[in-house]
Amino acid sequence: MIHVFLIIFLISLFYMAIANRMLTYIRVIALQGVLLFFVVFLQLKEISTLNLVLILLETIIFKSLAVPMFLRYILKRNKITREAEPFLPNFVSLIIITVIVVVTILLSHSIKDVNLDKIFFVVALSTLFTGLYFIASRRKIITHVMGYLVIENGVFVLSLAVGNEMPMLVNLGIMLDIFASVLILGIFLNKIGDVFKEVDVDQLTNLKDY
Amino acid sequence: MILIYLIGAFLIVIGLFVNRNKIINYSLLGFFILLQWTFTIYSLYHFRTTELDYFSFDSLGILLLVTLSIVAIPAAIHSFIYIENHPDNPETRSIYFAALVGLLTATGVGYLSNHIAVTWIFTEITTLCASALIYHHRTKLALEGTWKYVFICAISITFVFIGILFLSLSLTHAGSDDLSFKNLYANSAKLNPFWLRLSFLFIFTGFTAKLGLVPMFTAGIDAKDKAPAPAGALLASVLMNLGFVGIFRFYIVIANTPLHHWANVVIGIAAFLSLFVATVYMIKVKNLKRMFAYSGIEHMGLVMLGVAAGGIGYYAAILHVILHAFVKSAVFFQYNQIYRIYQNKSIYHIGNYFKYNTTGAIVILLAFISTSAMPPSGLFVSEFLIFRSLFEANQVLVLIAVLLLLTMIIWAFGKNIFKILFIPPVDFDDSNLPKISPWESSTQFILLAGAVYLGLNPPAEFVQLIKESIMLLPH
Repeated sequence: MIHVFLIIFLISLFYMAIANRMLTYIRVIALQGVLLFFVVFLQLKEISTLNLVLILLETIIFKSLAVPMFLRYILKRNKITREAEPFLPNFVSLIIITVIVVVTILLSHSIKDVNLDKIFFVVALSTLFTGLYFIASRRKIITHVMGYLVIENGVFVLSLAVGNEMPMLVNLGIMLDIFASVLILGIFLNKIGDVFKEVDVDQLTNLKDY
Repeated sequence: MILIYLIGAFLIVIGLFVNRNKIINYSLLGFFILLQWTFTIYSLYHFRTTELDYFSFDSLGILLLVTLSIVAIPAAIHSFIYIENHPDNPETRSIYFAALVGLLTATGVGYLSNHIAVTWIFTEITTLCASALIYHHRTKLALEGTWKYVFICAISITFVFIGILFLSLSLTHAGSDDLSFKNLYANSAKLNPFWLRLSFLFIFTGFTAKLGLVPMFTAGIDAKDKAPAPAGALLASVLMNLGFVGIFRFYIVIANTPLHHWANVVIGIAAFLSLFVATVYMIKVKNLKRMFAYSGIEHMGLVMLGVAAGGIGYYAAILHVILHAFVKSAVFFQYNQIYRIYQNKSIYHIGNYFKYNTTGAIVILLAFISTSAMPPSGLFVSEFLIFRSLFEANQVLVLIAVLLLLTMIIWAFGKNIFKILFIPPVDFDDSNLPKISPWESSTQFILLAGAVYLGLNPPAEFVQLIKESIMLLPH
């Protein structure tokens, strides 16, 4: 059953590649949060109940409700247009993400390690690279944040793969999540719209050596 | 004690943050310095002990903690001067001091942590505090600098976390799940090389954002440029040392495995590229503050070359890191006075500094001699030892290339510094100059003199502490 959720998670990446609108991205991130909730519930068996409840609450409340709602609020408040404005056409994105997934599958097959759950590893690595790809190929700062959130979800999947023996690592993953999200979203993405009229990365090129 | 220190510092941060009264703010800052020194002296008396399981007062931690506490005093003084000269609203002042105290605490405790995850957590807290400092002026450029710093540091910290995950996979092969450095050293022979290799790559790349090394060096440059100079001094000295601690402690683990040589190659490449990048930018750059920041990249490149070369290079690297913290913070503290006179960062618009601020000009001259590692600068000793280690490791070609790059750096640095000191500036109206007390430069003199003293005539205890820090490395 875990594998089904993980594969849906992988498919959500493909969907994100061809999505055009910001709201779709936010929905996919929320969906990933829900999927992680189920994966945590089924995967983490050897940790204390209190810890499990905390992790479950974090995935469902933080990842799939609070952050997406906050992103939506930022979109509205800063009057960011709905289009994602990728540098490359969607079809090319789809091919690149397919290549990423295929390469990670090949990579994970070349690793001979009994301690490693291959599906977790493939999903985690693909998500990581896809997040990096989103950051590199999208124009808006807010899409970069979304790319970063995708990377975080990937790291979270990776921490679940080793988390059964070391619950501390899953907790650290959550800490990373909260810390970085608070940092990026809370402190000043809010203010970026006030200072920059348009929230493109093209605007962020003034700081350089002259 | 560490718990008292952490709680005390936390309360001071909260106090600074909620309080808007100037006098209470300054007294809280003074109280923090007192607490910092009490803690430092306590740690000296409890050398080699462990507290709260996750923090131990080991030699490397103590060396850097004392460095931090020494730099913290001028940082507080110059922050006070800075804030008095920039009468912003009380809110930004409170946030500035709260973030400053938070940064100092997180960095100091990060040095002492004996668990890779705890180092990771405190490194993350420093990003949080540093971003508040960089955003101090609330301008468009400050926002851009903060955004870039936060984003790159967030990605880097994620990389470190991925590295820790791979490290844990590597450790499961050794049948253990304790990620403390002590346990990692003990089990280093049994770690799975494949995962260890991946883990080192990720952890090293992650910490380069703090250390200021290729590939993640860019964030630090923008940060030091946009942060107020007293905060920039901390970012360019003690915070870089935290990146060094993160890499060095893990390097000790990998140095005791068959991957030692491979790790040296990785570090060597990154270090050499950093030197190269620093040279290219230092020739080109016209923004004085950024030039100082690139000089930091150069020095960290040298430090890591020393680590990669091994032998006496280990000793030289730690000596260099400590001396660099003194020298570079002095340079950044002095920078503020330059800015107050010229209201400009561009080298074209700064000049004749000897005429306008003689004491400050002497500091800049001495700082130039110190940073370019000319005798009698203390950095001369450490750089010389790094060159010796490269020679002994049969890396003569690397050594020649490094010497060539350093020559270019000294030329570019010297050209700009002498222009600042002696050549009249473009379009500068000197009718209404601010008065700068020579006493404001006294801390810089003390820091620079300290670097000379520790380099040329190091006390026996100091040498002993450095030797103990590198004891676990294979020689």
